[in-house]
Amino acid sequence: MNRRAFIAASVAALFAPALAWPAAGTGYRRLLVLVELKGGNDGLNTVIPYADALYYDLRPRLALKRDEILQLDERTGLHPALLPLLPLWKAGELAVVQGLGYPAPNLSHFRSIEIWDTASNSDQYLGDGWLGRAFAANPVPAGFVADGVAVGSSELGPLAGAGARAIVLSNPESFLRQAQLANAMGAKRNAALTHILKVESDIVQAASNLGGEIAFRTEFPRGAFGNAVRTAAQLAANQAGVAAIRLSLGGFDTHQNQPAVHRRLLGELAEGIAALRNALKETGRWDSTLLMTYAEFGRRPRENQSMGTDHGTASAHFVAGGKVRGGLLGDAPRLNALEGGNLRQSVDFRSLYAAALESWWDLDAGRTLGGRFVPLDLLKQV
Amino acid sequence: MQAAAQGPAMGVVEARHLLARTGFGARIEEIEAYSRLSREDGVERLLGGVRTVARTPAPDSVNVWTPPYQIRQMSSEDRKLFMREQAERALELKSWWLSEMLGTDSPLTERMTLFWHNHFTSSLQKVRSSRLMYRQNSLLRKHALGSYAELLHAVSKDPAMLVYLDSATSRRGQPNENFAREAMELFTLGEGHYGERDIKEAARAFTGWSIDRESGDFMWRAFAHDDGAKTVLGRSGNFRGEDVIAILLDQSATAGFVVGKLWREFVSPQPDPVALERIAASFRRSGYQIRTALLELLLSDAFWAPETRGALIKSPVDLVIGTLRQFDIAIADPLPFALLLRNLGQDLFSPPNVKGWPGGNAWITSQTLLARKQFLERLMRVDDTRMALGRAEQAMDPQKPMARRAMRAMIDIQFSAGDWVRPFRDPGSQVSMQSALLATAPAGDNSRAAQGTELLRALISDPVYQLK
Repeated sequence: MNRRAFIAASVAALFAPALAWPAAGTGYRRLLVLVELKGGNDGLNTVIPYADALYYDLRPRLALKRDEILQLDERTGLHPALLPLLPLWKAGELAVVQGLGYPAPNLSHFRSIEIWDTASNSDQYLGDGWLGRAFAANPVPAGFVADGVAVGSSELGPLAGAGARAIVLSNPESFLRQAQLANAMGAKRNAALTHILKVESDIVQAASNLGGEIAFRTEFPRGAFGNAVRTAAQLAANQAGVAAIRLSLGGFDTHQNQPAVHRRLLGELAEGIAALRNALKETGRWDSTLLMTYAEFGRRPRENQSMGTDHGTASAHFVAGGKVRGGLLGDAPRLNALEGGNLRQSVDFRSLYAAALESWWDLDAGRTLGGRFVPLDLLKQV
Repeated sequence: MQAAAQGPAMGVVEARHLLARTGFGARIEEIEAYSRLSREDGVERLLGGVRTVARTPAPDSVNVWTPPYQIRQMSSEDRKLFMREQAERALELKSWWLSEMLGTDSPLTERMTLFWHNHFTSSLQKVRSSRLMYRQNSLLRKHALGSYAELLHAVSKDPAMLVYLDSATSRRGQPNENFAREAMELFTLGEGHYGERDIKEAARAFTGWSIDRESGDFMWRAFAHDDGAKTVLGRSGNFRGEDVIAILLDQSATAGFVVGKLWREFVSPQPDPVALERIAASFRRSGYQIRTALLELLLSDAFWAPETRGALIKSPVDLVIGTLRQFDIAIADPLPFALLLRNLGQDLFSPPNVKGWPGGNAWITSQTLLARKQFLERLMRVDDTRMALGRAEQAMDPQKPMARRAMRAMIDIQFSAGDWVRPFRDPGSQVSMQSALLATAPAGDNSRAAQGTELLRALISDPVYQLK
């Protein structure tokens, strides 16, 4: 069967029944899902230190009402829009990491997300993404759809790098249709042509490994993020395998009129994560999935004059998965010890990455991260 | 200068190389005309035709200036309206530049303006004023092939730059280091030729440069300036910003840094160190005449080496503008193509960060490559599919006027692949379709598609079409 016929057959095989995923995967059979909260999510109104009087002092207009907050313990609670995450919390499958950041924080969106994407120091410029580096040093099996797939965003972010097979797609069906335009044949005459042929070949390979669409019973939320989650579920359930998927949810740069916008975004996030969990439970994939949120920074503790918040530093993030050990990690925000008006970090973001590399995939994290970072203790003992 | 000896005629292959590297694509008539010139005459003709002002009239909206303090005072309703108008003005500005690129008689001028836009980056995202971005663009064009020293001085005081790199709000006692850092790292010296202390001291010298909030023009604020003694790169004095710029222009690293960037833009990804040093030396000797550097680059052995052809990846602007110009496709509404450029990763007036578009291999991801191919494929078939596109347009969601407008722009394209390929059937034709369209032999096997529109499609979809 030639490639075109293969792709046509793949498209024809849409709505194949979901096959069960083998329970315990190892190495790259374990999936990493990253969710980028673009613009810098307000960690303080996401994971709320509701027992701290300073929280209300700093945010006379933006503080959530105490009786609205979903209490996790006697000090910490979640924004009410995160209600769909409560079942995960109760099942012990949701970890909340507070104080994630890095030393000498940079408050520019561009620079700070570059630091997160490349896992660099604040004053260091690295070209490739941290996952791109990891995949280059520890190759993903060739039969995988791709090393990494960025869904619903044009940049590869952490997946960037010449040594990684990374593709960008918004929906598998249109990708398969467009992929017929790819043409991987040809002589590699120079570096530029070699790169183009590599990308063409990644497309062709991804398209031929992608296979049919799976019919989930799970209903996915409407909207762009819901669609992206649906695509992520399709990819995750794909028997060929994919090592990492990166999703993006944008709009968190809430300088003004934050309450309504933030509520909507957190709702989309929580519903999306809940739907992904349901879909992956259907296919037996949830136990071999590790999901992490990240963003360039959190926001300033003191609200601004426009019912919003300005760029900040350390923030809270979520880690979820069937093998995740639920609970609170890191230090609660110290609102009485701000630095230039911003929170100090208590957990280096590279400790989060080290957990993915070392504890999840059994890789040498130090090599990828350019130094030793103690992996966060995120997983249940197996 | 090596201009004394005039070489033989370039021929088709070299003429196409010169035109594709210095302009956007190359029309067959242009290839034929240049093929009869020597390399020297060809380069002279290109450099002789440069402009200093755009020929496309600017949109009226570049006259709008709303002081930032007024924006801050707006009610949330007014601000929403303002943001919407702002977004429309931004699209008009992008469309304007696109029209200039498509219509100009000196593509080299626009190539250089775009080069400086990517060197002295500023972005609508932060500057939030089409007026200031338009003025910066005009400044870059005015000096595009003039003196780099004058350009650096002028752009340092350019209001869009003052906003983009925070000079406008930098003041004595609280100097903002952003501009000082980027001026050294990205505009002149490159990393490794300065220390953190130089940045801190230079930042003090740049205090006082600001903008007049009522007009948006440059304004000197004496009370914000730190007039104390500073030491920058080994020299001490009560420097102002102009003095620091002069010190940066005195450093030997600056010429090499700028010429290296020009080399990667016009010649190849890897500069040859010996040739680079020679050209940097004449660039410096000429008092930083950009024309001198470009002339020597375009007449260098490396530029004409056969392996240089096809060594660079087309930027989205190269691909889109080059394709439209090369096929003589007239565009009624440039806006959808500005949006296409954004999808392909090169949103004009909005580079991703202060380092600009990284370019090279980064232009090509699975998504941008497929989007490039889809654009080309649709273009080739637009004459056959006009009816179907028209029906698709009717069925489109009225809530998405932009998507509709993009579809309408495709429908309005007047291009017939059949007409375009006809001259190549003439046995007297000097230019083969392959030598007109590709920088090197195709990577794929197109022997089966021997002629006509099938050959055209095969050549356009070949990976080599993405190269220049």
